[in-house]
Amino acid sequence: MTAALMDYDEVLERFEPVLGLEVHVELSTSTKMFCGCANVFGAPPNTHVCPTCLGLPGSLPVLNRAAVESAMRIGLALNCSIVPWCRFARKNYFYPDMPKNFQTSQYDEPIAVHGSWEVQSADGSTFTVGIERAHMEEDTGKSLHVGGATGRIHGASHSLLDYNRAGVPLIEIVTKPIVGAGRRAPEVARAYVTALRDLLRALGVSDVRMDQGSLRCDANVSLMPRGSSTFGTRTETKNVNSLRSVERAVRHEMGRQAAVLASGGEIVQETRHFDEATGTTSPGRRKETSEDYRYFPEPDLVPITPSDEWVARLRATLPELPWQRRARVRAEWGLSDLELRDLVNAGALDLIAATVDAGALPAQARSWWVSYLSQQANSRGVELADLPITPEQVARVIALVGAGALTNTLARQVVNGILAGEGEPDEVLAARGLAVVSGDAELTAAVEQALAAQPDVAEKIRGGKVAAAGAIVGAVMKATGGQADAHRVRELVLALVSA
Amino acid sequence: MTTELTRLSAAELAGRIHARDTTAVEVTQAHLDRVAAVDRAVHAFLHLDARAALSAAAAVDEGLRRGNPPASPLAGVPLALKDVFTTVDMPTTCGSRMLQGWRPPYDATVTRRLREAGVVILGKTNMDEFAMGSSTENSAYGPTRNPWDLDRVPGGSGGGSAAAVAAFEVPLAIGTDTGGSIRQPSAVTGTVGVKPTYGGVSRYGLVAFSSSLDQGGPVARTVLDAALLHEVIGGYDALDSTSIDAPVPPVVRAARTGAAGDLTGVRVGVVSQFRGEGYQPGVLRAFELAVSRLRELGARVVEVSCPSFDHALPAYYLIAPSECSSNLARFDGMRYGLRVGDDGTRGAEEVMSLTRAAGFGPEVKRRVILGTYALSAGYYDAYYGQAQKVRTLIIRDFAAAFERVDVLVSPTSPTTAFGIGERVDDPLAMYLSDLCTIPANLAGNAALSVPAGCSDDDGLPVGLQVMAPSLADDRAYRVAAAYEAARDAADGGPLAYRVPALEVVVR
Repeated sequence: MTAALMDYDEVLERFEPVLGLEVHVELSTSTKMFCGCANVFGAPPNTHVCPTCLGLPGSLPVLNRAAVESAMRIGLALNCSIVPWCRFARKNYFYPDMPKNFQTSQYDEPIAVHGSWEVQSADGSTFTVGIERAHMEEDTGKSLHVGGATGRIHGASHSLLDYNRAGVPLIEIVTKPIVGAGRRAPEVARAYVTALRDLLRALGVSDVRMDQGSLRCDANVSLMPRGSSTFGTRTETKNVNSLRSVERAVRHEMGRQAAVLASGGEIVQETRHFDEATGTTSPGRRKETSEDYRYFPEPDLVPITPSDEWVARLRATLPELPWQRRARVRAEWGLSDLELRDLVNAGALDLIAATVDAGALPAQARSWWVSYLSQQANSRGVELADLPITPEQVARVIALVGAGALTNTLARQVVNGILAGEGEPDEVLAARGLAVVSGDAELTAAVEQALAAQPDVAEKIRGGKVAAAGAIVGAVMKATGGQADAHRVRELVLALVSA
Repeated sequence: MTTELTRLSAAELAGRIHARDTTAVEVTQAHLDRVAAVDRAVHAFLHLDARAALSAAAAVDEGLRRGNPPASPLAGVPLALKDVFTTVDMPTTCGSRMLQGWRPPYDATVTRRLREAGVVILGKTNMDEFAMGSSTENSAYGPTRNPWDLDRVPGGSGGGSAAAVAAFEVPLAIGTDTGGSIRQPSAVTGTVGVKPTYGGVSRYGLVAFSSSLDQGGPVARTVLDAALLHEVIGGYDALDSTSIDAPVPPVVRAARTGAAGDLTGVRVGVVSQFRGEGYQPGVLRAFELAVSRLRELGARVVEVSCPSFDHALPAYYLIAPSECSSNLARFDGMRYGLRVGDDGTRGAEEVMSLTRAAGFGPEVKRRVILGTYALSAGYYDAYYGQAQKVRTLIIRDFAAAFERVDVLVSPTSPTTAFGIGERVDDPLAMYLSDLCTIPANLAGNAALSVPAGCSDDDGLPVGLQVMAPSLADDRAYRVAAAYEAARDAADGGPLAYRVPALEVVVR
C-alpha cells in the first residue's frame, strides 16, 4: 500500500514544515559506557560482554570518564552550555535486546544544553539550527530476526540476540524545532546531518559510519498550515541510514502528511520506518497505549559535576572545527566563495586540507581530489570521503610526482592500485613496476642501443636536424614500456649524438 | 570438643586457629556437624557446600603451617552468606523461584573479600524473596524458624543469616539491610546485626532490591565479632559508584574501647517517636532497662524528637518498591533463570509475562506493581517525588539530632518474634516490624542492633538499636560494646547462650 503524496510545490503553498532531528552517535571510546568491555564493531556475537553490560543480577555500572569527556567536547563544539550538575536516569521498558529492561540514559538533566549550529546547504546559503541538548546514554544489544522476508520482526520465526553493542556509549543530539526552512527543509536536514558528521569526525569522537549504525538519525516531521503558528502532529521516522535518505525521508513525509491533511485526515503520532528501496515511510508497530518510561534518577550512579576548570581544559582540546577550517583555507588558498562552495559540496574540502596538512601544495591537492578522485568516486557511486584512499596517501603520490619518480600518468596508476587495495603508494609503485626510469646509466644504455639501431637518424641529428631526435626518444620510450622520463631521454639523445 | 568449638566467638576461634591450638578444618567440621544436627529444624541454609568449605579451611591451615601470617583476623572462621550475594561456586537464588539453580559467573565484592580474608563460607542462607519481607516467610524455599521458638519467625529478610548465627551453626553471617533486614532479624534472634553507613560496604554482586537503600553488613553474636567482620568486608570498591572512597571507620578499635565499659561524656538521644501505641510493653520495658544501663555507664541520656520519622514508613514503601520495580525488570526469562511458556508458539513478550507470573511470589509482585504505579506518568510527583522530599526531611532530622547527641537509640523492632503465619495476610502489620529501622536506610547513616535481654512478657529477645551519623559507625560500635559488656556482666553471660538446645527438638 503506497500512501498518496501531495505535489511538493503544493505542499509548500499550503504548509510550513517543522523538523526535529535526533542524531545518535556511537562514541569510539575504547571501552563501553559502564564497564570495561571493548567497544568494537563487527566482533563475533556476544564476545565483548561482562556481568555489567549483560545486566546480570548484582552487577553495577561505573561511568566511563572518556565518554563523559567526549559528550562535553561535542556539547562545546555545538556551542552548548555544559551544565554544572547532571545525572543519569532509568528509562524503563521491556525489550529482549535490553539486558536490564531499562536503559541508563540522561533524561531531564542532560550534560549539554542550548547550543546552535550553522549549516551550509548546497546553494551555499546558511541556516542556523538550534540545539536543544546533547545527552549521554547506552546503546542496546542487537536483535537479528530470522525467518521472515524483511528481516523485521513481523513474520520472523525466531530472533538472535547479540549483546556486544549493549552498553556502547551513545550521545543523542536533539535539535530545537527547525522552522522556516520551507522548500529547503529536506536539504537543511541533510546539510545538518552532514555538518554534524564532519564535526564529529573532526572531534575524533566517533567513526560516524551511518552504514554501520555509528551515526543514526531519527527525523521528526510535522506540518503547520501557512499562517498558523501551532505545530501539527509529528511523526518520527527511523531507519534513515544515509545522508541521502535523510533528505528523501523528510521530503516523503512532507508529501504524505500534506495529502492526509488535505483529505481531511489526521496525522497519527507514531514511529515510521524508512524504506531505502522505495524511498517511502511506513508505520512501525502501533502501540496500543502510549509508552510510559517511568523515568527516575539512576540510583547506581552518582551525579556528574563538571567544574569550570574541567570544561576549560576540554575546550582547549577542541580541534579546528569544520567552519573554522573553511574560513581559514578560503583565506590561505585564495579561493572565491564559489570555489569554496564547490569544494564543500563535493565533500572535498576536509580531504584537501588534510592532504595539504600531509605536505602537499594546495593546488595539487585540490586538483587530485576534485578531478581524478571525484571521477573515481562517481563511477563507484560512493562519497569522496569513503574512497579507500587517505589524504596522506594522496600527499605521498603528489610528493613522488614532485620528486620525478612518477609521471602524472603513472601516478594515476599508483592511485588505482591504492584504490584496489594493493597497499601504500610506494608498495604499489614497486609492485606494479611503475617507477620512472630516471637512472642515467639504464637510460644511457637504452639511448645508445636506439642510436645504434637507427644510425641514419643519428646522422641526421648530428647534421643539425634536432627534430629527428623524436624518433630515437620514441624508440627508447617503447623499449622502456613508457616508464622513462621523456624529457631526460631527449637530453641524453642530444648529448650522446654530439659526443 | 566440637560442640564446644561452636560455642566460641569468631574472635576466640580465630585466636585458637592462628595460635594453632586447633585447625580451621576442625572448626569448619564442628560447624558443619552443628548444621547437620539443627538445620533440619531451623532451615537457615538454602545451600551448603561442605567440600568447598573444608578445602578453604584446609588452605588456611596450610598457610599457617608454612608460617605465613593469617590473611585476616578472621582467617579460618566459618561464615554463612545471605543468598543475595553472587558466588561463582554456589547457586544464588535470592530466595526466589525465578533464580532457582542460577550459578553466577562472578563473585560479589563482599564474597571476594571474604575469600581473600580466608573466611570459610559454609553456604548460602535463606531470605525473603529478593529481600522483601520481615519474616523470611516470603522465601520460595520455605520459611526459616527462630531458634528461640521454632513456631516463630526469625525476622526478615535476612532470617536465615540471623537464625544460623543464633543457632550456633556459624559464628558469623552476612546480611543485607534495605529497611531493617539485618537489624530486625538480629533483634528477634538475640544476635548483633549492623547496617553500615550506605556506601561503606560494596554492593557489587549484591542482587539489588532497592539500590539507594541496600547495604550489606555483618551478623554475629558479639559486637567485637561484628566489628571484625565489618573491617573485612568494608571499604572502597571501584566497581560500585556509590561506594565511599574513605577509610573504614575504626570499628574494631571502637568495639574494644567500648568493652571497657566507660561511656562517660557520651551523649545518647532517645528517639521520642519510637514508643507508645503498637509497641509491645515487654519490648519497651527491656528498652528502658537498656537506657538506664547506658546512663549507669556514664552516658548523658536526653530525649530527641525526630518528627519526620513518622513519615519514614510510607516514604520507604514508595521509594523501595519504585526502585525494585526497575531492578527486577531484568528477570524476564530471556538470559538466565526461570523461563516459562517457551514452546515455540509464543512470542518473547508473552514468555516474559508468563515467566514473571510464575517466578515471582506475591510480595514481590505487590511491590513491583506498587512501584510501577508510583513511577507512572502523572503519579511520579505525588508519590516518588514526595517520598524523596520526606527522605530529605529525615536526613535533616538526623543532622539536627546529631548536633545535640552522639548516637540515637530506640527499640530495634516494636515487637519480639511473631508467630509463623501470623502476619502473612496482613502486609501492613508486617511492614510495621521495620518502623524503627527504616529512617537510617532512608538517610544512609550507620545503625546496629545489639541484644537487650528478653522481653518479660514472652521471654523472647529484644534488640537495642544504636544509630550513628554517616561514617561514624565506630560510635555505634563503642556504645553497643559498652552496653553488651555491662549486660553480660549483669546477666551472668551473653544472651545468645540462653537459646534452647535445638538438637533435642525433633519435628
